[in-house]
Amino acid sequence: MGGNSDMKLIDENGIRTDGRKVDELRPIKIEAGVLKNADGSAYVEVGKNKVLAAVYGPRECHPRHMQNPAKAIIQCRYNMISFSVSDRKRPGPDRRSVEISKLISEALDYVVFTENYPRTSIDVYIEVLQANAGTRCAGLTAAAVALADAGIPMRDIVPSVAVGKVNDTVVLDLNKEEDNYGQADLPIAMIPRTGEVLLMQMDGHLTKAEFDLAMEMGVKACKEIYEVQKDALRRRYAIVNGESEEEPMEEPKDEPMEEPMEEPKDEPEMTEED
Amino acid sequence: MNNESFTRELVLPGDVLDAGTMKPGEGTYVDDGKIFAAMLGIKSVKSNFVNVIPLGGRYIPAPGDMIIGKVMDIGPSNWLIDIFSPYPAPLHVNEVPWRVEFGDTARYLGVGDTLLAKVLMVDETKRVQVTMKEQGLRKLQGGQIVEIAHSKVPRVIGKNGSMIQMIKTYTNCRIFIGQNGRIWMDGNMEDMAHAVQAIKMIDEGAQTLKLTERVKEFLESVYRKEE
Repeated sequence: MGGNSDMKLIDENGIRTDGRKVDELRPIKIEAGVLKNADGSAYVEVGKNKVLAAVYGPRECHPRHMQNPAKAIIQCRYNMISFSVSDRKRPGPDRRSVEISKLISEALDYVVFTENYPRTSIDVYIEVLQANAGTRCAGLTAAAVALADAGIPMRDIVPSVAVGKVNDTVVLDLNKEEDNYGQADLPIAMIPRTGEVLLMQMDGHLTKAEFDLAMEMGVKACKEIYEVQKDALRRRYAIVNGESEEEPMEEPKDEPMEEPMEEPKDEPEMTEED
Repeated sequence: MNNESFTRELVLPGDVLDAGTMKPGEGTYVDDGKIFAAMLGIKSVKSNFVNVIPLGGRYIPAPGDMIIGKVMDIGPSNWLIDIFSPYPAPLHVNEVPWRVEFGDTARYLGVGDTLLAKVLMVDETKRVQVTMKEQGLRKLQGGQIVEIAHSKVPRVIGKNGSMIQMIKTYTNCRIFIGQNGRIWMDGNMEDMAHAVQAIKMIDEGAQTLKLTERVKEFLESVYRKEE
């Protein structure tokens, strides 16, 4: 945050350095289920950001002392790969990534029905492959899709976006330059349906009026991202809807759950009643 | 059975399922009088209950489920069974069809052995107990194990067991399906390979239609060649 920098980031027509309007998102692309070995995964591109998220679990929680007998714990690791930024990032967790991991896991903890899986852990891994400002938002956006892809019960899918202030103007979804030389940065994550805010941080200063405007822009953008997230999941499971019109398929629940075991013919004592 | 349940609609977490006339079933939650989907799955309506049939996720044990477990660890009076779920399940010596002396557990079941068991009980913190003290429950010797998502087990069984019956008649394998998504089979090598392939087909195409026919076609093509 450069504070009062002379750098001109918005021109007279209200067009930003990358050609966007002040309330315009960067192009966003989401793909669900990209990793085979994880229970759920998602790949997200927001402008030049490239983020991969993988979810494992619910699985047995190790170490044992971290288990919670009442609910599942969400362990999140946000990590920036050494080549994700222009100066090589020293690998391994640092103060920033520990903070972001905590933030994201707390945001997800609120939305996941953790009480369904006591004593387990749900592990979320977020890898930033390429960073260009707003990776915590992209990471959370990806993690939410990955959780849904893993079939984990949750209240809703969480979209996340950053709003900021650049050249005394409130702008949506800051890019690298705006983040570095702007005046404020306000990442938010929310449940669009209810308006509940799951994550909010602020770097820099905003007046009350600017903050209200920023929130309004953020809420609108979250709804947009939410639709992209849902679309990604629908595409992933498209086969379900495709070609399903012509004929009803067997309802899985109709299957003889009471006698799930298929008996081998050589064991007459276990033969089915019917 | 409501006709509505036949329209196979994919729902995502947070999707509104019903605004008040129906009751919330599995995989749903209620907020502000409306029913929402709690997970990714297929909407199904059954006797005034809205359910979401999951497409993935881990197996969560329920009492009475027949499962295929693997011995993970041996204690002096119990075995720890991996039941393909986040929760390991102890099998106590009293729940075994043999008389086992204290400390003599390893003679009956060793680490890595597979067994057919039943979930005896599950408490609120999801502590599981399994039993083998019932007819037909036993140690599974030989054969091989295939693991699929537990949500696809009904599809592998098929309506009234049609799918699994078909695989059995074609491949001549003995097959057991555990509710936890483990499938045990025994037969001659080639037949087993075909059966595994058929099961993988079902696992991958569980949401598609005319699966039974496609699997049948596959099995027919394989076995016609061999004759």
